[in-house]
Amino acid sequence: MRSKPLMLTILDVLSILVLGISTYLALFFAPTERVMGEVQRVFYFHIGTAWTALMGFILAAVFSIAYLVTKNLKWDRYQVAAIEVSLVFFFLTIVLGSIWARPAWNTWWTWDPRLTTAAVTELIYIAYFMLRQGIDDPERRARFGAVYALIGGLSAPVTFFAIRLFRTIHPVVIGGSNAEAQGGFAMTADMRVAFFFALFAFTIIFIDLYWNRIRLGELQDQVEQLKLKVTM
Amino acid sequence: MTEQRPASQPAPGSFLKAVSAVVWKDLQAEFRSRELFSAMLVFSLLIILIFNFALELDIKTRQSVTSGVLWATFAFAGTLGLNRSMAIEKDRGCMDGLLLAPVDRSAIYFGKVISNLAFMLVVEIIVLPVYSVLYGINLFQPGLLFVILLGSIGYAGVGTLLSAMSVQTRTRDILLPILLFPVVIPVILSAVKASGGYLEGLPFDEILSPLSLLIAYDIIFIAVAFMVFDNVVEE
Repeated sequence: MRSKPLMLTILDVLSILVLGISTYLALFFAPTERVMGEVQRVFYFHIGTAWTALMGFILAAVFSIAYLVTKNLKWDRYQVAAIEVSLVFFFLTIVLGSIWARPAWNTWWTWDPRLTTAAVTELIYIAYFMLRQGIDDPERRARFGAVYALIGGLSAPVTFFAIRLFRTIHPVVIGGSNAEAQGGFAMTADMRVAFFFALFAFTIIFIDLYWNRIRLGELQDQVEQLKLKVTM
Repeated sequence: MTEQRPASQPAPGSFLKAVSAVVWKDLQAEFRSRELFSAMLVFSLLIILIFNFALELDIKTRQSVTSGVLWATFAFAGTLGLNRSMAIEKDRGCMDGLLLAPVDRSAIYFGKVISNLAFMLVVEIIVLPVYSVLYGINLFQPGLLFVILLGSIGYAGVGTLLSAMSVQTRTRDILLPILLFPVVIPVILSAVKASGGYLEGLPFDEILSPLSLLIAYDIIFIAVAFMVFDNVVEE
């Protein structure tokens, strides 16, 4: 069995390090926002997890096409890993957003386009795993998974635009502005440091988890093949 | 068959012939048993009945929730039909027979979409007047019928692809709504908005955006489903 690559071990340590630094920056270094107060600090991790999860979902849709074209099971492993890590990260995004929304919007949840799309996206990828669980043949599981991840990946942005026909109250901190948005704010220089470091930190953490998950998938396949050899 | 042609170069018009053969097969089988149609219809009427109690459909609320009630009914009845129509193919080994036929796989897809759409439309055509009579709302407006057609096309297009997958899994019919509902939300949403707009008599440019979204969804998803259908039925 192959031992863990050195780069991956380094990345593991680095992940813990940047998570620590990012926590410090978000909780102590960044100034307290004037209107919302301490709860605004949730924002740094909220964006960090959201950004990485969305990248993961986009990657998964790309791997769908790669798998359907090449029929190489490698792409399937990459896809499962991307979706699994993103699903957890996106769930964190929703929970963190809810914690922030309670004081800022005076409600845990509202049927805003972003929130609704986030919930629907989570449901799509939960359905993805339920679909995979019902299929034993690894090759068919990969094919169906790729098809569903492609359809799901296409439908999530369409859902977003569909709901956007209604009004939104979600603030847009980065680029663009919306007069109806509630809870928006302008970032100071120190906030920006914390913000960009959080983005960087969560990207590192995501890559680390992602890599570990791919390795786990490869090991799982090896175990399955060994089991087949033993029983034969 | 008079001559053998390579699959890549089918005879002109043979694609349409293959599609209509699949549609005709489904319609004829349904015409003899009437299993699917009667189940979908009775189920739809029951859903409307449940909504009647769940929402207390008095005159005031009726106006605003009618399009929502209709689309929820169509969506639930639709899964029933989609499941059944694919399960029949799988159970009696018909799917294997269809796949052996020397036609393009996408012809099978389009054939199934059209027959599924036909079942949905027939049910809808009966549900609409019943609803109109029960609640005193005139649902026979050309615009509304057009929205129902567009919504059903999108629903059947994606639903046929996903039901072809779900019948091949261990969980089978439980899985279809779980797979289908999250991805057809844009259809349901824009269809509800557009039908609501027609029922409230809004000006056309307010209905235009959900309507164009519905058309865009239909085109995008049927094109994608058409491209990936091979992967779903391949053995």
